[in-house]
Amino acid sequence: MSALFSKLVSLLDTEPYRLVVAVVVIVSFVALNAAYLVWVERKGAGRFQRRPGPTEVGPAGLLQPVADGLKLMSKQLIVPAGADSTLFRAAPLMVMAPVLMSLAVIPFGRGLAARNLNVGLLMIFALGSINVMALMLGGWASRNKYAMMSAARVVSQNVAYEIPMLLVVITLAMVTGTMDLNQIVLQQAGGFWHWNLFRVWVNPLMPVTFLIFYICMLEETNRAPFDMAEAESELVAGAYTEYAGMGFGVFFMAEYANIVLGCSLATVLFLGGWQSPFGLLPGVGWFLLKMYFLVFSVVWVRWTFPRTQFYRLLNLSWKILIPVSLFTLILSAAMIKLPAMIKLLRALL
Amino acid sequence: MIVNEPNPPGSAATAPNETFVLNLGPQHPATHGVLRVKMTMDGECVLRAEPVCGYIHRMQEKMGENRTYAQYLPNTSRIDYLSAMTYTHAFVGAVERAARIQVPPRAEYIRVITSELNRISSHLVWWGAFLLDLGGFTPLLYAFDDREMILDLLEGITGARLTYCYYRFGGLYNDVDETFLKGTRQFVLHMRPRLKMYRALVTDNVILRKRLIGIGPISPELCRKYGATGPVIRGSGVAYDVRKAEPYSVYPELDFDIPAFPEGDSMARYLVRMEEIAQSLRLIEQALDKLPAGPVMAEKVPRVLKLPAGDYCYAVEAARGRFMVRLVSDNKEIPYRVKLRTPCLSNLSLFEEASRGMLLADALALMGSLDLVIPDIDR
Repeated sequence: MSALFSKLVSLLDTEPYRLVVAVVVIVSFVALNAAYLVWVERKGAGRFQRRPGPTEVGPAGLLQPVADGLKLMSKQLIVPAGADSTLFRAAPLMVMAPVLMSLAVIPFGRGLAARNLNVGLLMIFALGSINVMALMLGGWASRNKYAMMSAARVVSQNVAYEIPMLLVVITLAMVTGTMDLNQIVLQQAGGFWHWNLFRVWVNPLMPVTFLIFYICMLEETNRAPFDMAEAESELVAGAYTEYAGMGFGVFFMAEYANIVLGCSLATVLFLGGWQSPFGLLPGVGWFLLKMYFLVFSVVWVRWTFPRTQFYRLLNLSWKILIPVSLFTLILSAAMIKLPAMIKLLRALL
Repeated sequence: MIVNEPNPPGSAATAPNETFVLNLGPQHPATHGVLRVKMTMDGECVLRAEPVCGYIHRMQEKMGENRTYAQYLPNTSRIDYLSAMTYTHAFVGAVERAARIQVPPRAEYIRVITSELNRISSHLVWWGAFLLDLGGFTPLLYAFDDREMILDLLEGITGARLTYCYYRFGGLYNDVDETFLKGTRQFVLHMRPRLKMYRALVTDNVILRKRLIGIGPISPELCRKYGATGPVIRGSGVAYDVRKAEPYSVYPELDFDIPAFPEGDSMARYLVRMEEIAQSLRLIEQALDKLPAGPVMAEKVPRVLKLPAGDYCYAVEAARGRFMVRLVSDNKEIPYRVKLRTPCLSNLSLFEEASRGMLLADALALMGSLDLVIPDIDR
């Protein structure tokens, strides 16, 4: 039995098998998460609002996502008259595909990454930009004024927030000295004081960079209080207004998949990935625990705060987040070079 | 892709053909009913917002001319379904004034208690729905939780949860029972800490304050120009309240304040309504303490009412402002004319002028702060 198992594991080292397993695992992980995060969201919202949430379908409403999925799949994807049919149909796929690809480089546990890229961080952000374009195209192709306005919002919002996010990531790349996500996690071994979040001796503003990352992550995933793209009381359903059936369903799944990706990334970059907070028993469980805690906080924020205005959102980015993240970048650059500078000065004197 | 329509005359658009018309409603999440607003937009900026009414017009006034007074009575609960009590109050008040019917004091006190309960429930619905407009979903369910207690109380004495038709010419349909009196006292005790919690949870929230302070300022002149009343004019600093300006029922015997905030922005209107809930609780408590014993129906109310020929008015302070019923009688069983002066139509009228040049999201915050009930506009 164990011989068979080790044989199977060794099969994973051969390329085509590894590919198939990775694709199956990632797709099912994302689909399961998307479906059950909807359940978590609805249950969570219910608890925050003093009501039970879904209870009817299955025990504690656990089959609700299945019922929802079946309903969406049984519906027709209506393409509005005069809409750009090709782009309209392509947009949901273009939202979903980058998330799935990005998850390939996330290390869920020791060696538990589909592909160990040494520029994993770069790849995630490269793919993340496609997401914006897809939403814009979906809104644009719908031939709907609300969707159009939403598309315009998505673009300006995402441009504004990608800058502080990337500045934070550059800071982190400088601090860790690598863009390999696996290496970043390995550096944070041995207790929570080794996590990048608390690496204050390298950069005293590390918790602030985490906060900026978290805000930008909320924003990049179009979650409340920054859900400008689908502000239902203003733009009906924003870019998704004209989507019916699984077209809408895929957008919806992509939103949750993006949250999972964003929270995974935050876990890997700041919270030590699969490292245990006490240096004991590192493993995939810790990763999931941290990630789902962040996911829960995202749900929590959504059901607590009202939506902000569009111009305030941009002001927050351009006037606060970008200067602060720029400052942390410069600060950590200076802190890293400080020993060398001192050495240089000593040699000169 | 965007169909460009010619600019309306007098539009502020600087670049022609750069504007588009956005049809907000009659089915739109922010209009809370079948209100249609034709918005001429320049990007996200509202150049002109033209409300189009009439989608739920039910000829309430014309119906009044075809029914006896008693037959028309239930209609008055259905004009503004959120403050049915106060609307019925205005109609029975007008008829009582015309027929010179003396209402027993106990009935008047119970009218005040139920009207104020109704005002609180109306403001709670507004509060929840307004926060929904601003993108916060949770307060709605908190508000409905409290409102449920009021609805249960009123259901116990009237049999209805929304369209009560509880007041009758000369008094009330029936007397209140011990359960109601006890329950109302409990509700007052329950509601005060809740208001504190709402303040901590919502009113002091930084996002909410930034969304409301300075947004949609309305001057007292604009209010007067369009005849806006209720929390809208009180949010512009004018302490006009029918309960003080044209005292009716037993309001002069009770002690209460008229909250007014001079800022005139959406936050002022928000605070006026929140403060009014506290004042209503005060009124209810006093009225319960002073509640006299006795009958709840006047003696010798004729079965078939025939008002003496003449012109009669009765105004009340409804949750949304001044509601007045004007009856013109020609000494028949059926009124010659029934005119309803509803607050929401006037409050909506100023929207076009007040929303000029605002961003879409802010214009909708302004519209939400006006607390519109569409059947009240169209009637």
